[in-house]
Amino acid sequence: MSDQKDSSVKPAQDSAANGEALRVIGVPRRRVDGRAKVTGQTRFADDIFLPRMAHCKLLRSPHPHARIRKIDASRALAHPGVYLVLTGKDLPIQYGILPVSQDEQALCVDRVRHVGDPVAAVIAREELTAFEALDLLDVDYEILPTISDPEEALVTPEPRIHEYGEEGNIHKLVALEFGNVEEGFAEADEIFEDTFFYQGNTHLPIEQHAAVAIKDPDGKLTIWSSTQTPHYVHRALAKVLEMPAAHIRVIATPNGGGFGGKSDPFNHEIAVAKAALLLDRPVKICLTREEVFYCHRGRHPVLMKFKTGVKKDGTITGMHLQTLIDGGAYGSYGVASTYYAGALQTTTYHIPRYRYEGCRTFTNKPPCGPKRGHGTPQPRFGQEVQLDKIAEKLQIDPAVLRLRILESPNAVTANFLRLGTVNLAECIQRVVRVSDWKEKFRKLPDGRGVGHACSAYLTGAGLPIYWNKMPHSGVQLKFDRGGGVAIFCGATEIGQGSDDVLAAIVAEVLGIEPFDVRLFTGDTDLGPVDLGSYSSRVTLMAGNAALQAAERGKALLAEAVALKLEVPKERLRFAGKRVFDFAAPEKGVSFAEAICLAEARFGTIGTVGSYTPPKSPALYKGGGVGPSPTYSYSAAVVEVEVDPTTGWVIVPRVWIAHDIGRALNPTLVRGQVEGSVYMGLGEALMEEQEFRRLPKRLSHALVHKFPSMLEYKSPTSLDMPEVITELIEEPDPRGPFGAKEVGQGPLLPIMPAVANAVYDAVGVRIDEVPITPEKILKALAAKKAGREPRFGPDHFPHVNWPEALRVPPPWEGGDGNAVNDIPHRSKPRAEKEKVFTP
Amino acid sequence: MAIIPIESQKTAQIRFTLNGEEVDVAFAPYKTLLEVLREDLGHTGTKHGCELGECGACAVLLDGKPVLSCLVLALECDGRQVLTVEGLGEDAKLHPLQDAFADLGAAQCGYCTPGILVTAKALLDGNPHPSRDQIREALSGNLCRCTGYLQIFEAVEAAMVKIAERGEEAKQIPQRLA
Repeated sequence: MSDQKDSSVKPAQDSAANGEALRVIGVPRRRVDGRAKVTGQTRFADDIFLPRMAHCKLLRSPHPHARIRKIDASRALAHPGVYLVLTGKDLPIQYGILPVSQDEQALCVDRVRHVGDPVAAVIAREELTAFEALDLLDVDYEILPTISDPEEALVTPEPRIHEYGEEGNIHKLVALEFGNVEEGFAEADEIFEDTFFYQGNTHLPIEQHAAVAIKDPDGKLTIWSSTQTPHYVHRALAKVLEMPAAHIRVIATPNGGGFGGKSDPFNHEIAVAKAALLLDRPVKICLTREEVFYCHRGRHPVLMKFKTGVKKDGTITGMHLQTLIDGGAYGSYGVASTYYAGALQTTTYHIPRYRYEGCRTFTNKPPCGPKRGHGTPQPRFGQEVQLDKIAEKLQIDPAVLRLRILESPNAVTANFLRLGTVNLAECIQRVVRVSDWKEKFRKLPDGRGVGHACSAYLTGAGLPIYWNKMPHSGVQLKFDRGGGVAIFCGATEIGQGSDDVLAAIVAEVLGIEPFDVRLFTGDTDLGPVDLGSYSSRVTLMAGNAALQAAERGKALLAEAVALKLEVPKERLRFAGKRVFDFAAPEKGVSFAEAICLAEARFGTIGTVGSYTPPKSPALYKGGGVGPSPTYSYSAAVVEVEVDPTTGWVIVPRVWIAHDIGRALNPTLVRGQVEGSVYMGLGEALMEEQEFRRLPKRLSHALVHKFPSMLEYKSPTSLDMPEVITELIEEPDPRGPFGAKEVGQGPLLPIMPAVANAVYDAVGVRIDEVPITPEKILKALAAKKAGREPRFGPDHFPHVNWPEALRVPPPWEGGDGNAVNDIPHRSKPRAEKEKVFTP
Repeated sequence: MAIIPIESQKTAQIRFTLNGEEVDVAFAPYKTLLEVLREDLGHTGTKHGCELGECGACAVLLDGKPVLSCLVLALECDGRQVLTVEGLGEDAKLHPLQDAFADLGAAQCGYCTPGILVTAKALLDGNPHPSRDQIREALSGNLCRCTGYLQIFEAVEAAMVKIAERGEEAKQIPQRLA
């Protein structure tokens, strides 16, 4: 832990710096868990079957908002095969992913807030028996009025969906100003004001959430769960079950896709844990697909307004962004999402003065949370589409415009984000070249077009979810006399290849093969804490921890081998499962022998490594969201064909360049880029989490429009375009072997690039995603009728914004603090929040 | 509303060929092939994503044809041939499709992979040289959220080449022997 700082600024190419070629890193390779995945042997949570295992099903609310008057479980309990029924009073303690939003209960005690909110759990011998018994639970609900969207929430303070938050049904208000934006607008030659709407959508991992809990033979609790964040589940279970965390073991099974949707502690995990403890037998739950839609935590629907001032040459003089965010029924990550929606605008282009106001409201819908890109795809869409409009008005090629206004490497932005390497210029130039942009932009025949957009993303959140000064990731290595190395780490494999990253780094440093490495990951008992697979943090943070642990082990081995061979340890090389004198390579020992020598000299060989991100210069309240050790950059060109009679959009080709620092395993990196492009196209063209009100005679309730995979449209193999992926590799000294993130960033430019391409193709602006044929036809009709050739929101409602925290940017002498630390305007809030803060 | 408890229902029994091996299995008659494979026969390689026939994760080959095992009643499988991902390899070796999927990044989280592998096998069994469009078409009922499909297409194409080469070798061996 003492040399954390060293690991965060360690130069890239540790081994390569000595003139050694990298043997594992950078080589396209079968991932270490590849064989398990293609043989069906990867054990997902629902693949766990244990003797005497009972099954759990949750009764979920059919109402979007209601008071629970009474629950009568007697008929269910009498049903043959039913072991146990749990209701809210069995698990009353509130929890939630963020310390400031402890607003969930595993089973609702007195109120349900969205369709699908769980009210009871039935545990039975057979899964179908539990299903049957759900029908035998008698719940007396008192229906309450519902709130369907943020605008309704703003004007409907009562009834409150939660008793905490800013006021009424406003969960969170953010107001930050970095430099005087009005002065920025006064300096501008042109001011652009645009409103955009980004519809919510969901993760849709193919694996439905599942969990199995057992009471261990010694009386402790073990739970296997398809979670991206076993450490946070561990904390939530300890809190709600009122058990010492030391007596709870959480094992994250490999996730069958996560994308952010398995990052919250979930009610079903708590319910099976409680049931296993009470019944003293294993209890399993696997959600149905419909239930996965109700768990949600997906992309927040965001209405946004961008006001941007520019000089004639495109230089930005100031930007003011306002967002109105539909949070759904619970806090989830929402406070962080609200900040994220305004945090990363400054990381791509130089914005000298920036003001952000964000408002998240509660509504009676499944809670929104983090989906790939967390909070940033929505404003990135608005920003990049507006830039396209600015470029057109200023008659500058949009790629040229962007190249002129790029932020510099290692800059500290207006909102005090410290950047790392920035190779966005190379990304833009590369996609412009390979896409033949200059020959296509505004030159393709009617109905065909190209669009361009860029983005940046975090390589790991700079701050943990709960305040602490401990490392964000830890790795332990155990060296085996037989020549193997075991890695113990909390990092969670969600398909992205976190196991492969750890194995590759350790194998590279120690000169062995990834196959010589055994992995014990995602287990809170076996490995040191890693905060989880979110915010694109694993490669850099767990990777740096693994690098440090491996270097420490290497040093011990080198010392012992140097004595044996009588060569200075600096001359030793680790490669080909040998440790040898590079001046006389035949002089050496096998890696297994090296371990034996070290063990004889030092005792059992085990090393640890850890990683803590560097301190952020953003010291103002809210400055904890946005900092990252470094940022990835992406640039995309998307080509579209739009049928003007049907509005149908086909995407034949996408070119994308990604500034990754270094690709540790290029096969997996390409998969992350293409997977991001795929998911981005889904969001751009079809995916939406939509709700509707039932007719008055049927309760007028707000219900999910299509909680099924068939009707929630996502791209199939037939919809996927050709993708030309270009990796820009300038190793970033902050990342292990120079690596930056790739899991989320490449998604971000896709949606705006599609919108910009549609404009190039048919001359209409769709300022809203998804860009459906219906919207294109409406915009085309407007164009034909001589109205504004556009489809999108026409207003941004009045929000009673608080006075902004004023933080002078670095170039105005700011030190990262606000000059007006305002006590929050609603005083009672602090007291109320105490109830929810642990 | 009267519910006849599942617990009081009788079990059914069938005999069928699973991955080349004859098996007898008794199960509650309402169960789908998916459930019987996973719960009664311990074959958890076959996955599920919706249990409504929407995602393709549970695809298996029934008499050589891809079916969604969540929509097939196990009772319908008496006397028939079922192939799952567990039966793809031969002689403890991976099937060329499995090798190609593992090598070329076609399996990320690996959850849709078993269904895609058997669907691709059915495609190659019927058409040893499919075009890219035929591959797309054949896999259009199998959703994958991780890969964006392109590495899957490439893996199928790589396996296609491998299988063809193997076929050529197999033809040449008897000639050499003669």
